[in-house]
Amino acid sequence: MGRSHAAESGRLLVVDDNKVNRLLLGRGLEQHGHSVEFAENGVQALEMLRKGGFDLVLLDIMMPELDGYQVLEQLTTEPDLRDIPVIMTSANDELDSVVRCIEMGAEDFLVKPPNPVLLKARIGASLEKKRLRDQQRQLIRRFATPEVAEELLANGFELGGKFVDATAMFSDIRGFTSIAESQSPTDTIELLNTYYTLMFDAISGQGGTVNQMVGDGLMAIFGAPVPHSDHPLRAVRAALEMVELVQLFNQGQSAQGKAPIQIGIGIASGRVIAGFTGTQSRATYTCVGDTVNLAARLEAHTKVLGHPILIDENTWQGLGGEIPAIEQEATQLRGKSAAVRVFAVPLPAETPEPQGPR
Amino acid sequence: MAKSPVDISTLKDLVANTDMAFVQELIEAFLEDGREQIAAMRQSLASGDALVFQRAAHSLKSSSASIGALEFSDLAKELEMLAKQGNLPAAPEKLEQIASAFPTVEQALQAFQHGS
Repeated sequence: MGRSHAAESGRLLVVDDNKVNRLLLGRGLEQHGHSVEFAENGVQALEMLRKGGFDLVLLDIMMPELDGYQVLEQLTTEPDLRDIPVIMTSANDELDSVVRCIEMGAEDFLVKPPNPVLLKARIGASLEKKRLRDQQRQLIRRFATPEVAEELLANGFELGGKFVDATAMFSDIRGFTSIAESQSPTDTIELLNTYYTLMFDAISGQGGTVNQMVGDGLMAIFGAPVPHSDHPLRAVRAALEMVELVQLFNQGQSAQGKAPIQIGIGIASGRVIAGFTGTQSRATYTCVGDTVNLAARLEAHTKVLGHPILIDENTWQGLGGEIPAIEQEATQLRGKSAAVRVFAVPLPAETPEPQGPR
Repeated sequence: MAKSPVDISTLKDLVANTDMAFVQELIEAFLEDGREQIAAMRQSLASGDALVFQRAAHSLKSSSASIGALEFSDLAKELEMLAKQGNLPAAPEKLEQIASAFPTVEQALQAFQHGS
C-alpha cells in the first residue's frame, strides 16, 4: 500500500461473457491495487460506463448482445466515453481482430490468460497515458476559451505549425517588481491571481486564447486556433476591457490601502506561424513571427508613451473606424529597419479626439 | 502412461500466483461454463445458428486454456474454426468428441483439487 500511489491504481471495468476470464482478469487486477467491476456483455458495459467514473476498460471481442467492435464503435460516438482507454483482451489466435480494434481506437491488447507481468505493465501504461491526457485536457480548459478547447479536444493535437492571419497581444503590469518588494509574498501572489483571472475573462470573452504567462506578463492570440475574421477588433475590445477591469480592481485596492496597478498592452496583427509546441504530453498553442515580436515591442513602448494600449497599423486598419485610435509619432523599434506607425487607443473615459482612420 | 487431460503446471502456477480457494472457484466456473457451452453448441447445431455455435466454442476454448485443459481447448478451437467458416455440417463428430472429453477433464480437475 505504501508504494502504490493514486496515479497507479484505477477503477477498471472488465467486460467478458466468460466467467473464468472475468475471475482471472479481476483477480490479477485487484492484486495490483485496482478496483474492478464486471460486465457480461457489451450492452451492460455501456450502461455501466455511462454512469461514469471508470479509468479503463478491458474488453473482450466475441460476446453475445453487443460484441467488442460494436462497443468500441459506440464509445467513439459518445463524447463522455471516447477518452476512456480500452484494452482488448483476446485469444492468441485472434490477432487480426485485435488489429481491427486498434484501428477503431482501442489502445492496446492482452492475450488471455494474461501473463501477470504484462498485465501490470500494460494497465499501468494505459492509466498513465490517461492521466496525462486528463491533465492536458485540464490545461487546455484552463488556458483556452471553451470553443478552442472543444476544437482541440475534438480534433486532437497536431504539433505541426501553419501560417495564419491573427492578432497577437502582450500585456504586463507596470513597475511590478517594486510592487512586489513593497508587500508580502502572499499579497503578491494573490494580486497576480486576481489579475490573471480578470485578464483571462476579458480575453476569452472576445474569443482570444492566452498562451503564455510569465511572471506578471501574458501573451494572447486572437483569430487562431479558431478563426475570427474580426480578430483586430476583438483584441482591442479585450484590451479596453482589461484596462477597465484593472481600474475597477484598483478601486478595491485603494479601499484596502493597497497599491494600485497599471498595465501596458501592445497589439499587432498580421501573418503569424501558429501551432502547438511542446511534447505530446504537454503542449501549448503558440505563435511566433514578426507580428508577435512587434506586439511585444509595442507593449514595451507603452512605458515610453504613457498610453496603456498601443496598436500597429494593421490592427488600426482592422478596426475599420469602429474604435477610435490616435496616431502617435512613428517610432524606430528594435528589430525593425523602418520606422513603424504606432496608434494609441484611448480609454472611453478620455473623450477621444475625432481622429479615427480616414 | 496416459497423458493427463489437464496441464498440472498451469494449475500450479495459478495457485502460486493466487491461492487454492481462488483456483477452486475458477475450476467451478469452468465446469459450469463448460456444461452450458456444450449444451449451447448442441442447440445451435440443431437450429443451424453458426454464430451462436462459434461464440460458445470460442468461450470454451478460452476458459479451458486458462485452467490448463490444453487438448480440450484445441478441440474447441477446431469447432470455432468450423463455425467461423460456416461449416456446421462438419461439426457433429467433433462436438461429440469434445462432449466425451469433458468428463475426463472434470475428473482430472477434481483429482487436482483433492490431491493438493
